[in-house]
Amino acid sequence: MSVIGVEGEEREDHSAAEIKQLRDRSTRLLGSLLRPLRNRVIWTIFIVVISTAAQVAGPALIAFGIDTGLPALVKSQDWMPLSLTVVAYLVAALIGAFLISQYTILSAKISQAILIDLRKRVFRHTQLLSLDFHETYTSGRIIARQTSDLDTIRELLDSGINQLIQGLLYMVFIAIAMFSLDWVSGVVLFVALIPLYFLARWFQKRSNSLFRLTRVASARLIVHFVETMTGIRAVKAFRKEKRNEAEFGALVEDYRDANGRVIQLFGIFDPGLILIGNLALAVVLLVGGLRVASGGIEIGALLAVLLYTRQFFGPAEEMAMFYNSYQSASAALEKISGVLEETPSVPDPARPIDLWQAKGRVTFDHVRFAYREGRDVLPSFDLEMPAGQTIALVGSTGAGKSTLAKLISRFYDPTEGSVLLDGVDLRNLHPKDLRRAIVMVTQEAYLFSGSVADNIALGKPDAKREEIVAAAKAVGAHEFIESLPNGYDTDVNKRGGRVSAGQRQLLSFARAFIADPVVLILDEATASLDIPSERLVQEGLLTLLADRTAIIIAHRLSTVAIADRVLVMEHGVIVEDGTPNDLIAGTGRFAQLHAAWRDSLV
Amino acid sequence: MSSPTAEPGQIPQRLGTFKAILRIYPYAKPAMPRIYLGMVSALLAGIVALLIPQVLRSLVDGPLKTGDAAQIWPAFGIVLILGVLEAALIACRRFFVLQPGTRVEARLRNALYEQLQDLPVSFHDRWPSGQLLSRAVSDLNLIRRWISFGIVLLIVNILTILVGFFFLVSISWFLGVIFVICSIPLWIYGYVFESKYSVVARRSQDQSGDLATAVEESVHGIRVLKAFGRGRYSLDRFSEQAEELLGTEIEKARAIAGIWFWLLLVPDVTFAICLLAGVWLAATSQITAGELVAFFATATVLRFPVESIGFLLSMTFDTRTAVDRFFEVLDTPNTIQDPEHPKTIKKPLGKLAFNDVHFRYQDSAAQYADLIDGVTLTLEPGETMALVGLTGSGKSTITALTTRLYDVTGGSITLDGVDIRDLTRTDLRTHMAMAFEDATLFSASVRDNVMLGRPEGTEDDLREALEISQASFVFDLPNGLDTKVGEEGLSLSGGQRQRLALARAVAARPEVLVLDDPLSALDVDTEALVEAALRRVLASTTALIVAHRPSTVMLADRVALLESGRITAVGKHSDLLASSDHYRFVISSLEDEEAREAIERARQENDRTDKNDRTDDRTDKTEEGVAR
Repeated sequence: MSVIGVEGEEREDHSAAEIKQLRDRSTRLLGSLLRPLRNRVIWTIFIVVISTAAQVAGPALIAFGIDTGLPALVKSQDWMPLSLTVVAYLVAALIGAFLISQYTILSAKISQAILIDLRKRVFRHTQLLSLDFHETYTSGRIIARQTSDLDTIRELLDSGINQLIQGLLYMVFIAIAMFSLDWVSGVVLFVALIPLYFLARWFQKRSNSLFRLTRVASARLIVHFVETMTGIRAVKAFRKEKRNEAEFGALVEDYRDANGRVIQLFGIFDPGLILIGNLALAVVLLVGGLRVASGGIEIGALLAVLLYTRQFFGPAEEMAMFYNSYQSASAALEKISGVLEETPSVPDPARPIDLWQAKGRVTFDHVRFAYREGRDVLPSFDLEMPAGQTIALVGSTGAGKSTLAKLISRFYDPTEGSVLLDGVDLRNLHPKDLRRAIVMVTQEAYLFSGSVADNIALGKPDAKREEIVAAAKAVGAHEFIESLPNGYDTDVNKRGGRVSAGQRQLLSFARAFIADPVVLILDEATASLDIPSERLVQEGLLTLLADRTAIIIAHRLSTVAIADRVLVMEHGVIVEDGTPNDLIAGTGRFAQLHAAWRDSLV
Repeated sequence: MSSPTAEPGQIPQRLGTFKAILRIYPYAKPAMPRIYLGMVSALLAGIVALLIPQVLRSLVDGPLKTGDAAQIWPAFGIVLILGVLEAALIACRRFFVLQPGTRVEARLRNALYEQLQDLPVSFHDRWPSGQLLSRAVSDLNLIRRWISFGIVLLIVNILTILVGFFFLVSISWFLGVIFVICSIPLWIYGYVFESKYSVVARRSQDQSGDLATAVEESVHGIRVLKAFGRGRYSLDRFSEQAEELLGTEIEKARAIAGIWFWLLLVPDVTFAICLLAGVWLAATSQITAGELVAFFATATVLRFPVESIGFLLSMTFDTRTAVDRFFEVLDTPNTIQDPEHPKTIKKPLGKLAFNDVHFRYQDSAAQYADLIDGVTLTLEPGETMALVGLTGSGKSTITALTTRLYDVTGGSITLDGVDIRDLTRTDLRTHMAMAFEDATLFSASVRDNVMLGRPEGTEDDLREALEISQASFVFDLPNGLDTKVGEEGLSLSGGQRQRLALARAVAARPEVLVLDDPLSALDVDTEALVEAALRRVLASTTALIVAHRPSTVMLADRVALLESGRITAVGKHSDLLASSDHYRFVISSLEDEEAREAIERARQENDRTDKNDRTDDRTDKTEEGVAR
């Protein structure tokens, strides 16, 4: 058991040592995010302290106006004390309002700076992490780290911390003001803090679990909803509507119930706060009234302490809420820091070797590969692929063809031995050169939002329109692109449903074509094409592959026709190696496969 | 701000707003008594809070003036009672409005979901699920909050302000008028701010949505990004979007800072003016000290209701938008409905006939021909028909028409002589089962997913269906048949999902089986096994199969060739191979002599040009590569 990286993320039963480890990790991350902003943070805190003090001044000034300004006016027609008070009031109001608005902007800038830093870090790191991480961690979770988890952190930064700081300062300054106006009332206020503390504690505990319940309920509701809407065809075709209504109805009820309980909690907490506030008010009125009667304080001071008491409990609710957003944000931060702690299993080289003029010779030197130690997918082997050769990889599912391809494109590193391009170990090759030299096209042709042209240009971001069109023509995609509503500028996401799997595959061919690598790997890249398109692509492939090294993986043997060399794989081992004609003429596995395939065509 | 903002003077629109919101009244009707009770409690709580300063007034002008300390105790007792009463009334308000808000929300949510499930697929083609989700979640949340606190507080706060104003004027009409005049700009500014703010807020929401999309794509497309080494490029694009969002957030903060400034300044300036005027009034004995004290205490109580009006008004307008968006979906007429007097098929045989069927998408431009342009075709009971044609020729559309996922725009489809529009959709879809190329699994067990179309089926039916679709891999899953799959469960490969979707169609035991390229993601070996097993099922079931490969076509008794929305040939595979050029073009693979020759020719040419390159240690080629 360990909590390094993302391991143990789903567990709830962390030991004390592990919890400390997780905390430290989050704290380190938080520290590294805050460090560059240190001066701004200090300046911002300074501003919020001044502004809150100015804001709290009001009632005290009213007290001064009534207790000093009024007698002066009555006794000696002296306007001075009153005017001074009013001017002071206006100045304090102006300073308070101005600084608070400045504080709002400054704190937003700080939290946004933290957020964008964190966003970029996670995004960059996610892109750096190797495929094995992505395959085990699942896309849903890595997306959640970058969306909902970052949102909870944003909520904490946006409102949580602000409310905590402002609320605390507000209460502190009010307490100071009350003590200086009438220490007895100040004591009453402090006594009132005791029930307030217990009420807030109770609320925190209850709300924490209830909020979690609400989040879970809403997440389940959303998943069901999205699943229904994206799978609406299947829902209709198999008459799932009535059953769905029952299921969804139950989830709605759960959510309603969870929400109702949260509201109920506030329904107790909120009046509770008001009750404590009002009781304190009554006691302050009594004590203050007695003090006025005995000549201890003036009437203005009594008014001021009453106003302060009424305001004192205002921020309490928001402060109690802080704990919630703090809890969820720290859980999010723990998970994010876990992702950031993961190291790529296919790291970029420390001292990269440039290979500007790659020729395309691929060598497997004593390569052994296992996803998990002890279960070799590819037992140790040597293989030489001369530059310019077109090689077909043949074999049943699970024979290791795709793994071999992934080693060439360095999606994985070999467990033992090395893969070399023109004699340079891929692990030492500059990533830029590696990706320019070797490109892999897979069966799942993923399209990014944007135009058709953008998607092709992904292979070469600075490509001109003519180049894009030429690439599309070369793979036989030009015609269907032209028939789209806006041709090359058609947004693939709108009407995405009407770009078929085969057409997506053609686009990903065009993408590879425009990238113009010296080594091209096609992993089941023609599986979704209809036969005429496949034929077109294969004719195109002859030109496309003519001057580069190509590795083609295909279930359908028709592709093999264009290969110079065929490798037949079984259980991770290359069992046959030769030209297609030689192998067909022989009696090996390939000859059998080929015969069976010919029979199936009729 | 460049975006259009609502002006405060738009009175006619405000009337419209309340009318628009009133459309949810039928859903809220059962809750109305409790909402009224909530309002009454809230109003009483407001009045109680306003009474406390009145006690203060008599205290200051009474016992405190005379120095009669014993008289302070009754005042304390009254304030204590009023204080407890206020808390109790607020608890009552919370209690009364708790149920209505959440109940109405749940009712609206279920209604929306039912309507969405009922609306035809063409509606869902137009509306991305994200759009629908924001209606089902955030819009309805907003409506709930408006019902349980927005509308209650809006009405109650206005009434409280009126009552408070009465108290203020009763103390001193002069001070009261100053207070009211000074609070008016706050209402206007609050409203203007909120409407402006909601524009920025919406933009920030959209931009975070875009950012989330960028994240999703960078994760789902990670293989492509890695294969082309475009990590840097996508990071740049992501950063750009993140900076945009940052800009909007700062703009949002500036807007908030602006409102804070006025929200804090205006009341304080009001207080300062009132202090000046009040002390002067007291000095000239126009008011008593108690009245002065009571005035400030009352004004402090009114501070929150006054400040909240702008916010509550804007919340009301947002709610109007949310209600509009809700009804946008609910008002959409359902074009595919059950007939008023549905027919039933007594003894279904499974004869499926297309009679001059036409179909076009509603939004397709006039100059384009119908996507399905006059298809006439009959499948006899038990017959298996393969549908062959190029991508885009309309094969999948035809399969979707058979179960009324779309309705034909011309002609008719009949099942055993009955127009499928005269059957209930449930009946129709019981008679026919579909498997899609894009296999959808729901978050449920393997068992539930496969038996979706026939929940009453037995364990044997399930096993048989799994066997036919070669989906025995499910027995190796962690919990076997009870393993949860779909969005919330175990993720399966495309081929595995397709086999389960096929099993689902088979398990439904329909009279007609419609398979839209159901084997595309399978490898050759598995495909052959599935085909062999399918033969048994197809012997007794009418079937329409979209096929790309000759091997799939071999399952069929007859083949229909689809060309730009029309059937151009129907017949046996071997006959069509002999008689139709287009059929040969579509279905015969590279072994076709002609194609083979073409390849050979191209090959030799390439070899010729290539050979030199290769022997010359490929220097030409690399230089060429660099030059490129």
